[in-house]
Amino acid sequence: MAETLYSAKPIAASQVGGVRSRWWQKPAGKDTLIFYACISPWIVGFLVFTLGPMLASIYFSMTSWDLINPPKFVALRNFSRLFTKDPLFLKSLWVTTYYTLGSVPLGLIVGLLIALLMNARVKGMTVFRTIYYLPSVVSGVAVALLWQWVFNPQMGVINGILWLFKIHGPGWIYDENWVIPSFIIMSLWGVGGSMIIYLASLQGVPTDLYEAASIDGADSKRRFFSITIPMITPVLFFNLIMGLIGSFQVFTQGLVMTSGGPNNASLFFVLYLYRNAFQYFKMGYAAAMAWVLFIIIMVLTLLVFRSSSWWVYYESEVKGR
Amino acid sequence: MATSSDMVASSRAEMARLSYAEGRKRAAKRRRLLGRALIYVVLVAGAVLFMIPFAWMVSTSLKTKAEAMLLPIRWIPSHFIWSNYVNALFGPVKFVVFYKNSLIVVLTDLLGDVFVCALVGYAFARIPAPGRNVLFLLVLSTMMLPEQVLLVPTYVLYKYLHWIDRLYGLIVPNLLAGSAFYIFLFRQFFQTIHLELDDSARIDGCGRLGIFRHIILPLSRPVMVTVAILSFFGHWNSFLWPVILLKSEQNYTVAIGLRFFQSFMTESANLPLLMAASIAALLPCVIMFFVSQRYFVQGIVFTGIK
Repeated sequence: MAETLYSAKPIAASQVGGVRSRWWQKPAGKDTLIFYACISPWIVGFLVFTLGPMLASIYFSMTSWDLINPPKFVALRNFSRLFTKDPLFLKSLWVTTYYTLGSVPLGLIVGLLIALLMNARVKGMTVFRTIYYLPSVVSGVAVALLWQWVFNPQMGVINGILWLFKIHGPGWIYDENWVIPSFIIMSLWGVGGSMIIYLASLQGVPTDLYEAASIDGADSKRRFFSITIPMITPVLFFNLIMGLIGSFQVFTQGLVMTSGGPNNASLFFVLYLYRNAFQYFKMGYAAAMAWVLFIIIMVLTLLVFRSSSWWVYYESEVKGR
Repeated sequence: MATSSDMVASSRAEMARLSYAEGRKRAAKRRRLLGRALIYVVLVAGAVLFMIPFAWMVSTSLKTKAEAMLLPIRWIPSHFIWSNYVNALFGPVKFVVFYKNSLIVVLTDLLGDVFVCALVGYAFARIPAPGRNVLFLLVLSTMMLPEQVLLVPTYVLYKYLHWIDRLYGLIVPNLLAGSAFYIFLFRQFFQTIHLELDDSARIDGCGRLGIFRHIILPLSRPVMVTVAILSFFGHWNSFLWPVILLKSEQNYTVAIGLRFFQSFMTESANLPLLMAASIAALLPCVIMFFVSQRYFVQGIVFTGIK
């Protein structure tokens, strides 16, 4: 309907004129022209800043290159060296995995718990929402600097408060064993983003489901696990994917707060990539690392997507049956 | 027919039942109140925990260097040293220049993210053309590419373009609809706008671009505000690209300048100045958050669920 309305006039005009119009004067051709004109910024950007660099990166990953001398082709040797001859790479992989295993599940649970508390229709919800949400909008260097001092063993807030209770706190980010747990705690401070999404989802659960369940004799525990949780699984799924992708790309904290230390215990994957590229100028090696990161993120995302069919509940699917 | 004694007995039973029900109701109410109180206690405790780092930051920024190191922590400084802010921002490190650079980058990126992405999103939502669906799939697939993959080759590209230590590298890709996510958001939103509106505009003689300008954009305030806010936060806090590209002090953005300031401060360990500078660096985000809070929450929800 919409398209015919639009196209009716020009066709009529060309017929009246009796002249055969060129393709770009026909309505469909004109649309095509306008379409490509509209998306031309994206096409240029995509070719120059995404596709081109991507293809170049595939090539770079198979070279040895220091930016000064011409690149030397080494086939897949960068990749084999990463996994067999580079203990620091394996360490960075482990550090990032450890961080992910801690921060992602904890972030999911804590975010959900706060959202559940706030969904109890309490007064002053907007104030609480602001307080819990605010930390997640400020991020980057200022927050990293703040937390560097929050974790300071001598003057920091945490040990300062523990000191009041006569507890001698650990060395936090200055202690090899505590540095990743410290980063995980810090990541929980930014849990507000996922909390807001849970909260919206919780408020979207139809109340008649709860009413029906109550009439059927379901207690609050049963209602929570049989209604609330299934109804918010799409949002759990979304937060899980975002959390996984984000935590594998952690960089700022590692560079600003610990620069990978102590003893490389916080050498995150992207931090090591950055060092290889812009401190050691091993461009080819860094490009290879980037592709490993890409594959890791791809595989994780695909696994979560695959698994979603048996734990994510989509209302529309059931309705469609 | 019931006798009087029967009636007395039944009414007594009735009363007992009533008072029992009343009692149960009261107990349930008490339990609800208790539960509500518990929820409040937990929420308040959590809120205090979440606010402690901020409170410590503000309080430290107003202390003297010596007082900042005292234990137990003095939450209210004995003297408020407001000059810390002046010394941090107008001292040896030129934060004014960093703010100028950040504003240039953030505002132009914002224009790109809001208007160029909207135009691209509009084309994908409304204008029929061969190859449209394939291209849209391509847009979506770029969302999956981690930016680290582009780090090395883009650096090389910028080297050839002589964009190292320039702000161009932070601006130009974003003016070319660099964010697939925003394109996606716009397209999804535009698809919810009724086609009848387009039709009536067409009858009034509007072309494709006229419809975009006069019908679609005015109806898309929510999504535009959402994208503007996300874009602002994203670019203000951006660190990875600036830290790679910007080499000289006069080109630093606030994020990089703050890191520079930190390395400047470690020798003197002047914690109050460092915290003052950090607060100044995240203040624009906090202000932006409070100004836009109404839209923001709604926007986040919108982007998260859709």
